Amino acid sequence: MTDTTEPTEESVRAEVRAWLEANWNPDLGLVEWREKLCDSGWGAPHWPKEWYGRDLPVKFNAVVDEEFAKVGAVGVAKAGIRTLAAATILAHGTDLHKQKFLKRILTGEDTWCQLFSEPGSGSDMAGAVTRADKRGNKWVINGQKVWTTSAHKAHWGLLLARADWDKVKHKGLAYFILDMKQPGVQVHPLRQMNGHASFNQVFFTDAEVEPEMMVCDVGDGWTVATTTLMHERRGADGLRSWATASNAKGRIYEEERAEIATTMEPYKWYPQRAGRVDLVMQRAKETGKIDDPVVRQEIARLLIMSKSAEWTARRARAAQEQGKPQGPEGSLGKLVASNVARQAARVHTYLTGADALLSGEDSPMNGTIAEILVSVPASSIAGGTDEIQRNIISERVLKMPRETSVDTGKPFKDVPRNIVSSS
Amino acid sequence: MRFSFSAEQEEFRATLRRALEARSPTKEVRRLMATDAGFDRDGWQKLNQELGLTGIHVPEAYGGQGFGFGELGIVLEEMGRSLLCAPFFSTTLAATAILNAGTEEQKKALLPGLADGTTTATFAFQEENGSMDAAGIAMTATGNKLDGAKSFVLDGHTADLIVVVARKAGTKGSDGLSFFTVAGNAPGLARRKLKTMDETRKLAHLTFKGVEGKPLGAEGAGGPAFARTLQQAIVCLANEMVGGADRLREDALEYVKMRMQFGRSIASFQTTKNKAADMLVDVELAKSAAYYAAAALDEGDDDMPALASLAKAQASEAYLQTAIHAVQMHGGIGFTWDNDTHLWFKRAKSSEILFGDANQHREKMIQAWTSS
Repeated sequence: MTDTTEPTEESVRAEVRAWLEANWNPDLGLVEWREKLCDSGWGAPHWPKEWYGRDLPVKFNAVVDEEFAKVGAVGVAKAGIRTLAAATILAHGTDLHKQKFLKRILTGEDTWCQLFSEPGSGSDMAGAVTRADKRGNKWVINGQKVWTTSAHKAHWGLLLARADWDKVKHKGLAYFILDMKQPGVQVHPLRQMNGHASFNQVFFTDAEVEPEMMVCDVGDGWTVATTTLMHERRGADGLRSWATASNAKGRIYEEERAEIATTMEPYKWYPQRAGRVDLVMQRAKETGKIDDPVVRQEIARLLIMSKSAEWTARRARAAQEQGKPQGPEGSLGKLVASNVARQAARVHTYLTGADALLSGEDSPMNGTIAEILVSVPASSIAGGTDEIQRNIISERVLKMPRETSVDTGKPFKDVPRNIVSSS
Repeated sequence: MRFSFSAEQEEFRATLRRALEARSPTKEVRRLMATDAGFDRDGWQKLNQELGLTGIHVPEAYGGQGFGFGELGIVLEEMGRSLLCAPFFSTTLAATAILNAGTEEQKKALLPGLADGTTTATFAFQEENGSMDAAGIAMTATGNKLDGAKSFVLDGHTADLIVVVARKAGTKGSDGLSFFTVAGNAPGLARRKLKTMDETRKLAHLTFKGVEGKPLGAEGAGGPAFARTLQQAIVCLANEMVGGADRLREDALEYVKMRMQFGRSIASFQTTKNKAADMLVDVELAKSAAYYAAAALDEGDDDMPALASLAKAQASEAYLQTAIHAVQMHGGIGFTWDNDTHLWFKRAKSSEILFGDANQHREKMIQAWTSS
């Protein structure tokens, strides 16, 4: 063992290479192989040694991934909400939570969902009104969650619920790990304006949670949720890389492909949501609209915005790599992306003309253009609305004061809130 | 270096910003913009020599500092911030034209004076039609004799040396273009200062009647050098513009944080905060495009015509939009002469149009991307 010496890129590379040489076997089952990864720590090398990791600095993950890729070895399950569950449990969970959940997250046996947003609390997520009441030795949950990706498949849910109505908004929340496969939990798909149903509504009618499945204490729920959300924002860029599975032949690859296909299914329209700027020049030439001076101006506006957005993101990344403090350019991406998406939808409409009236196989590119037009409105809402992004920029970057808040200091039971019909 | 500045560049920017803040407070801007010359020759020569500004992108062989458009962009951005009243942009444009068009001997003879600041200079190419293309050049060169008029010439009424583009009679477009240098006091040259909306940017109208020019480069072969000089000019202008836009944005932000209405800071209203966030987006995107284009010039990027126009179109929209928001955020006081906002508002407006507006550059960009 080399416990006493600092790991280096070379030492990590040599170790993982040797281990893979001795252990990698594409004929194993997916779970069987991943159990080996858990036992060795090579599936999540930056995790603690006692919890399936190797205590390696996170910078070595790329080295480990490279060596895995060289031999075509499959990694642990990474896609979906399960990574947020793992990060939250590692940060705030008890040993019981870690024992019960972490390994099955890595092997991919369990899938997870995030039960935060409610019909009555979107941007104001801490205004959740789903109730958690202690009855006997159990917590009993009643209420409704929404925008829950993959809830219909999930074994476990990360639940934010109100356990104390006499405290102020942020202080009355508790965070639970909820068993989704119980009679008190009902999941209904939520059909979106683009026809897809990537999200669900989740209804709780006396759903039960064992007391040991609360993470931290009543009142700490919001702090725990902040950890989950932080990892959600950080991981948002990773989705695309997770979405690609190996094309290799063999049982383990087939199992992994099936897993990725299931997990990524809800995200298949996401490229259209971003506006598909990549299609614009090709479409403009095909349709001949490239010769229309008015349309050329709109295309140019789009390309200028999209190029400048890309370069702004690269500036932020360059600053980060050089260890400079984050400049304003790092906080603008989400808002800029929705500006780009809206302009892209406008341009696709101009390029498509009357055919933009059509949908599905009757519309250009077998429905892709139609899907862009009806998916773009999500980009300025999902993951923090444009309005919330502007507040974040103005408060955190520009140091402008918060708007006077009318719920500050009041017990939550006295705060005016939405009436949500439960039908 | 398209996405970040080196530690040395950042240090250079900081030094320059301090010097310009000290040398060009708005009180001084207001004093100089009201003069006919528009600048103070002694003060400018001193500052220029201390910091080596006009020689920044001129190679050392010609008496310059030997840096590139990245560094020139930094200087221009800081000048745009401070609205320094000086013939800096005009002189560096003339130097750029000489670098593109001149022979080795001509560069050696002309550039050291520009680089050390003893000679002020300008590039006279636009005519009364305001065209930014070679096609717009009607001034004729018969041998070395120049006849015609140039307009919208930056600092044209004070420049010691004028670089002129003219064409052989009967030629069209980029064909038959030649570069010449003309002394500011040449016989047959009549110079008239134009009354400008943006008083910090002096423009002149020049009439040439049989003026004897000195040839710069080969006769009739100036087309490519002219195109290249224009691309470099608009990238330079875009960098100047983002400096002004950022300054306006910062000043407006500082003002709304101080201003109280309805018993609270107006910076706490979301309508103000949303505007401020959008202004930051506009300015940062325009900076990214301007920096990228300047670095691309230094790297000799083949996509230069499109990248230059992209940066200018972006800067034109962003600077003016920022200026409109900045006046609005100041309210009534923002529309007064005594408040400084209008100084940058007018610079935003003049820069929006100078060397082609956003519509023209969007069209040029698309042309560049569809012609190949």
